[in-house]
Amino acid sequence: MYVSVKGGEKAINNAHSWLSEIRRGDVNIAELNIKQISEQLTLSVDRVMSEGSLYDKDLSALAIKQSRGDLIEAIFLMRAYRTTLPRIGSSKPIETSKMLCLRRISATFKDIPGKQKLGPTFDYTHRLLDFKLLADGEYEKAKIEKYDDKEIPHVLSFLNKEGLIQKEIHSGKTSKDITRNPINFPLTRSERLQSLSRGDEGFLLGLAYSTQRGYARNHAFVGELRTGFVEVQFEIPELGIEINIADVMFTECESVNQFKGSKKIPAQFTRGYGLVFGQLERKAISMALVDRSMRWKEFGEEYLGVAAQDEEFVISHCDNIQATGFLEHIKLPHYVDFQAELDLVRKIREEYKKNEQRT
Amino acid sequence: MQNESRKQWLSSLATADENYLISLWDNLNMKIEYNWLREPEIGSVMVQGKVGATGDNFNVGEVTITRCSLNLDKKIQGHGYVQGRNKYKSKIAALCDALMQTEKKEIIKRNIIDKLIKYKNNKRNEILSKTEATKVDFFTLVRGEDK
Repeated sequence: MYVSVKGGEKAINNAHSWLSEIRRGDVNIAELNIKQISEQLTLSVDRVMSEGSLYDKDLSALAIKQSRGDLIEAIFLMRAYRTTLPRIGSSKPIETSKMLCLRRISATFKDIPGKQKLGPTFDYTHRLLDFKLLADGEYEKAKIEKYDDKEIPHVLSFLNKEGLIQKEIHSGKTSKDITRNPINFPLTRSERLQSLSRGDEGFLLGLAYSTQRGYARNHAFVGELRTGFVEVQFEIPELGIEINIADVMFTECESVNQFKGSKKIPAQFTRGYGLVFGQLERKAISMALVDRSMRWKEFGEEYLGVAAQDEEFVISHCDNIQATGFLEHIKLPHYVDFQAELDLVRKIREEYKKNEQRT
Repeated sequence: MQNESRKQWLSSLATADENYLISLWDNLNMKIEYNWLREPEIGSVMVQGKVGATGDNFNVGEVTITRCSLNLDKKIQGHGYVQGRNKYKSKIAALCDALMQTEKKEIIKRNIIDKLIKYKNNKRNEILSKTEATKVDFFTLVRGEDK
């Protein structure tokens, strides 16, 4: 129950003034500008775009600045802004096989057409603090080499040719937009993927990890991981001409999981899929693993009663804005609710005392 | 054929680096009269992915888009659909789209469209050559017991 409480206006205004001052920090230190954030804190910017479900680097950087670097607060700001935007339309489905890759690796095949390309990665760094970054503005320049500008095919398409991996279903149905329609379980895989793609990285990481540790039989290989720019195609309504309306960075993960087969299907590999805005490979991999574990019904696998198999549990709790909204509201005034509880507990105690005296 | 080339210039304008496009346009110093059909408005386009890269569509998230439409005279219309939230970029795109249908076509093509294409190609080449430098060359070692 919510009861309007008056008062506190001055306290709120003054609290927000202090927030503004503390956000600025020590005025003897140069103020951060939006471009510094969008150029140098790129992975925070990517996370806010991904979970804010809106690809716009400047807005994301602004949200990070405004929220003092609290990324969930920043995601909240992005989501709130997103709801004010008129929807012009929907793009054609993107072709990730035509991605301009910065990075492309496979953990299942060593020699693949298009080769393994590491890109700008933290992998193989020693995870030692680099004190040089404290001191000067020096940095190493990227090396360059001659290349062939050829399309890089998906690794799993090779398994596909041999029939060793389950084929994706192409029903031609349009996917319901979970931001425009209420969620009704059970969901289609398309609806689950939309929800996971904007889901909380930490939550998905935890769930994906749980499947690796045995909470859902789900031993996954990273068939392929790629990060790069994809052209988004959109048909201009006035002209009926399809144009490349935006260039968007994505990370895509295709996981490969063993499947022992059933009466209907011989043993083959199955897939999990992750696709997120930006260079967020931890999240893309987590998404693929969680996608796969929720597909148990499709493959006639055993339901083990674990969290990562339960789509209602996963989808209802993976959205950090819904979660934080409900969680944080309990710190707002609940004086009347609590007063009622207090009265109730006092009454029960009185009755208890009376009963004790009687015996 | 007309549609193919219009598709190309609209694409170049849509994905252009906004500061670069603005500087190219401002340098031309053209005074163009036009009427708004739709003043610049900021909105979004829902980006669709494919399940497993090949299957059914699903909604990934939105991208900010600004659009506007104008006409130069009663006959020629220009549409400015661009990535991001820059209304001026959208207006320039609409003006360029309209002018590409007039005798000023060559000026716009040479001074703006071709340069945008070159700029984008350079960016592409830069990424490709840096990515290539991180290509893994495997070499195998012979194990002792096989000798």
